[in-house]
Amino acid sequence: MADSLQMILTEASAWAIPIIILAILTVGMLRKVKVYETFVEGAKEGFQVGVRIIPFLVAILVAIGMFRASGALDIMIRLIDPLLSLVGYPSEALPMAMIRPLSGSGALGVMSDLLATHGPDSFIGRLASTMMGSTETTFYVLAVYLGSIGVRRSRHTLAACLTADAAGLIAAFIVVKLVF
Amino acid sequence: MNIIWYLLVAIAVLVAAFSGTMQTTTDAALDSAKVAVELSIGLIGIMAFWLGLMKIAEKAGLIQSLARLLRPIMTRLFPEVPAEHPAMGSMISNIAANMLGLGNSATALGLKAMKDLQEINTEKKSASNAMATFLAINTSSVTIIPATVIAMRASAGSTHAAEIIGPTIVATLVSTIVAIAATRFFQRFVPAQGKDPVDVPIKPDSENGEDN
Repeated sequence: MADSLQMILTEASAWAIPIIILAILTVGMLRKVKVYETFVEGAKEGFQVGVRIIPFLVAILVAIGMFRASGALDIMIRLIDPLLSLVGYPSEALPMAMIRPLSGSGALGVMSDLLATHGPDSFIGRLASTMMGSTETTFYVLAVYLGSIGVRRSRHTLAACLTADAAGLIAAFIVVKLVF
Repeated sequence: MNIIWYLLVAIAVLVAAFSGTMQTTTDAALDSAKVAVELSIGLIGIMAFWLGLMKIAEKAGLIQSLARLLRPIMTRLFPEVPAEHPAMGSMISNIAANMLGLGNSATALGLKAMKDLQEINTEKKSASNAMATFLAINTSSVTIIPATVIAMRASAGSTHAAEIIGPTIVATLVSTIVAIAATRFFQRFVPAQGKDPVDVPIKPDSENGEDN
């Protein structure tokens, strides 16, 4: 059952993009849009956007990279851990919660590590999986999105996003605890 | 952002000094800089691809129909954005791409949405309320199918790799609702430092896409 569901999902995501492409091009042709010229015209901007986000991405990734490599993140985790174990939150899964908003590849690394050590169908495995799927790499997204349009003052964006992340992580914990 | 950036770096250097991880910290700084550029360059092709496709969709009126369909929700979420503005369409396409778990493609569409939102932003150096709401929804991750996670669970030998879909959707939903509520709540404390949004000339035409 789970296997066939997974197959359907994998198939669905494999089909999604080709079908979207075909649909857009077909409707474009039917409505007499010069699809080729229009595509090229739009695509031209891709380069500028890619280049424009470089400095912002460098800034944020360097800071996060240093923070992790220096061991500062581990210290932070050790400080928070006793508080969270009070509510029954497993300390093994704490790095997951802390790294998730900072680094997508880092979180994937932590998750695969947790899945390997504790097994994917353990409480920790399920918790890490749910956290991974239900939150985003907030700092990366903010740096890239705001950087691409030259916004320097993010105002309340970061506070709101981190509040949402915290809510998502807490919800993941509660739901996994209730469901399984 | 200034304070957080400074704190991340300063704490890292301090901790490194005390725990003897200076060399790894140095390596991490230089490596991350390299990775950042590789990520950006890697994004160019996907950006170009989606921006090209979006241009066709825009000219064919597809984005506008999509926006019209979701208008009741979108105008409530983004009261500052005129209902006919192209930003609505590009935000919807980004959220849809995120829901499908399309990763980098979602980023490309999201950057387009930011550009459209910047057009109606009164204070160009400062994030508008609409941007904050959009980003909060975006980073709260509106996934329906966490494809990568399911794949990793399956390869780790899970008997029910897809069983986390339900919990993920619930957690996502909670974080998205909190995201919207939080932006609404926080925006009162951070004035946009600008004129009233009402006296800004709005460019309502969505026929020909952007003009630069």
